[in-house]
Amino acid sequence: MASNDLLTVQHLSTTFETPAGSVKAVDDVSLSLKAGSTMGLVGESGSGKTVLSRSIMRLITAGGATTTGSVLYRGEELLTKSSKEMQALWGAEMAMVFQDPMTSLNPVVRIGRQMIEHVQHHLGLSKADAVDAAVSLLRSAQIPEAEARLQAYPHELSGGMRQRVCIAIALACGPNMLFADEPTTALDVTVQHQILNLLAEQQRERNMTMILVTHDLGVVAGRTDEIAVMYAGRIVEKAPTDTLFASMRHPYTEALLRAIPKIDDPKQTKLSAIIGRPPDLINPPSGCAFSPRCPYVQPKCREEAPTLTPGESAGHEFACWNPVGSPEAEQAWQQNLEGGLLQTLAAAGKATATEEGATPVPVAANEAAQ
Amino acid sequence: MARVLGTRLLRLVATLFAVTFLSFLMTALLPGDPAVAVLGVEGVQNEELLLEVREELGLNDPIPVRYVNWLGRAVTGDLGESYINRGVPVAQTIQERIPVTAQLAVMAIIIALVLAIPLGVLGAYKESRWPDTASSAFAQIALSVPNFITGIFLIWLFSVTLRWLPASNWNRLGNGVVDNLKTSIMPATALAMTQMAIFSRLVRSDMIATLQENFVLAAKAKGLTDRFILLRHALRPSSLSLMTILGINFGALLGGTVVIETLFAIPGLGFRLINAISQRDIMVIQGITVFIAVVYVVINTVVDLLYAAVDPRIRRS
Repeated sequence: MASNDLLTVQHLSTTFETPAGSVKAVDDVSLSLKAGSTMGLVGESGSGKTVLSRSIMRLITAGGATTTGSVLYRGEELLTKSSKEMQALWGAEMAMVFQDPMTSLNPVVRIGRQMIEHVQHHLGLSKADAVDAAVSLLRSAQIPEAEARLQAYPHELSGGMRQRVCIAIALACGPNMLFADEPTTALDVTVQHQILNLLAEQQRERNMTMILVTHDLGVVAGRTDEIAVMYAGRIVEKAPTDTLFASMRHPYTEALLRAIPKIDDPKQTKLSAIIGRPPDLINPPSGCAFSPRCPYVQPKCREEAPTLTPGESAGHEFACWNPVGSPEAEQAWQQNLEGGLLQTLAAAGKATATEEGATPVPVAANEAAQ
Repeated sequence: MARVLGTRLLRLVATLFAVTFLSFLMTALLPGDPAVAVLGVEGVQNEELLLEVREELGLNDPIPVRYVNWLGRAVTGDLGESYINRGVPVAQTIQERIPVTAQLAVMAIIIALVLAIPLGVLGAYKESRWPDTASSAFAQIALSVPNFITGIFLIWLFSVTLRWLPASNWNRLGNGVVDNLKTSIMPATALAMTQMAIFSRLVRSDMIATLQENFVLAAKAKGLTDRFILLRHALRPSSLSLMTILGINFGALLGGTVVIETLFAIPGLGFRLINAISQRDIMVIQGITVFIAVVYVVINTVVDLLYAAVDPRIRRS
């Protein structure tokens, strides 16, 4: 562990016991963040990115959840801290901005109280001082008529305004670590940009360390130092942002990127979707979890799960037997294309991921297709 | 807001018409001749006197006419006179008795809330663990024991065994708060137990739902203590069903304290109502019924308006 790492996560796993069986929502994840850096955590819904960020923050509230491994924050182990010790960190040292600003503010409590209560609690400010601090925070979050907003109830604000308020609340005690859990998913596109810019701006100004969780690679492209791509509870590829976009190696990352429509695509270009669905985490597929949807899939992928291994460039790691751009991948692609494997055809643009194609493709059907 | 109040008021008036007419109709349709009740044995033998009394009480008019006459006087506060205790206005009876019953009902509700809110919150916070199981069991017992049994138990404990409190009678509030409390605390507690059980169940289930909300997790992520989150964030949005039931049960308590009033020999409204029914004293029955109904409707209107105070989102509509 480098000494300037603010956060070091090692072999973190979170398992939920459900009546249907145990779900490994986060599976042996390791990562570290330097103070002041920003990491993008990317994956589809259900890939475990939200559970991962909540596990790091110890905010998993559901019964029957167990988290194992290690989370070192400033060299201190968080997983063994008492809930009282965590309460002292939450809001003050590490804060979270949630996905849905419609539901993450208390509907029956005025904005003002929601902005000052934790400031009073953590920093011991008087009410008047806390109110002053709240007003200047709202201003820095570009909320007009800040004083008047303090008297408002959440339903009196628009979604974008509410998310600004949530960000202001998260920043109120000057945390060093911020988790932004899909902060713009519930907002419309024009507002998304403003919110992301606000976050980036505040992160720079305060030299905060930030984990930005999103399903949208486009969101993290210009705003993060590093990106970790999650699939089925595991990190499948991790690299500095530039490296990842320049030379992604995991087929899933490639598929995610292909799913972003490009402005210079011809007009009639069909949107490329990733065929199939994220795997069932109660009965995960054997071998690589992405194998049922991977266009480069080979028999070995279904037998043995690849582990995260370093690539050529510094800080680049990926977990794949046939990484994108390798001769093995080239060969696998050709073979699958000739065999008429649905996901490869779709990826090659020879079959579209239609409604039918987007429904789960059972492994048996893939086998038959081969 | 003015328009909301206006529609509420209109609805209130319409409800009051329906309530007064129906209760008038019911008492008018009661079998037996009120004139006989008034005159007693003497009247049965004296046909002439009977006719005279019927004429005097207006019993010969058709029901709608009697209702309109009664209503005309009722809106001026004149609810008629008792048939049995001639010359005693019904309004005066109510005026004398309502402070007693209202005090019992209010005390019962307060005691119930004081016990129920912590129990319900605790049950939700420790859902399915032993404090929840224990408080659920306590509520279940309180709910299944009729209030007069609780009353008898309290008398046995505090009056007979410990000799701390008088077993019966009533000291009016005007005679001193302590003396009043000595006579009111046991009946109020007996009435409160059932309410407590209902309230705590409601708070618990609403609270369990509220604790699933994102804003509760968000409050936790701010580092607020569990206690603060429960009481300052989760309790208010969890109290809407409680308020509804509170209004309904308060109205029900006003008319439903009869058994406890009888047990503790308390000169309340319910006690008087039962008396009037057995004496077929129609004017008193009518007056008390309408009074309780009016209070009921008014309280529920107040509760409706209180929703807006508890949940600002309702204020808009």
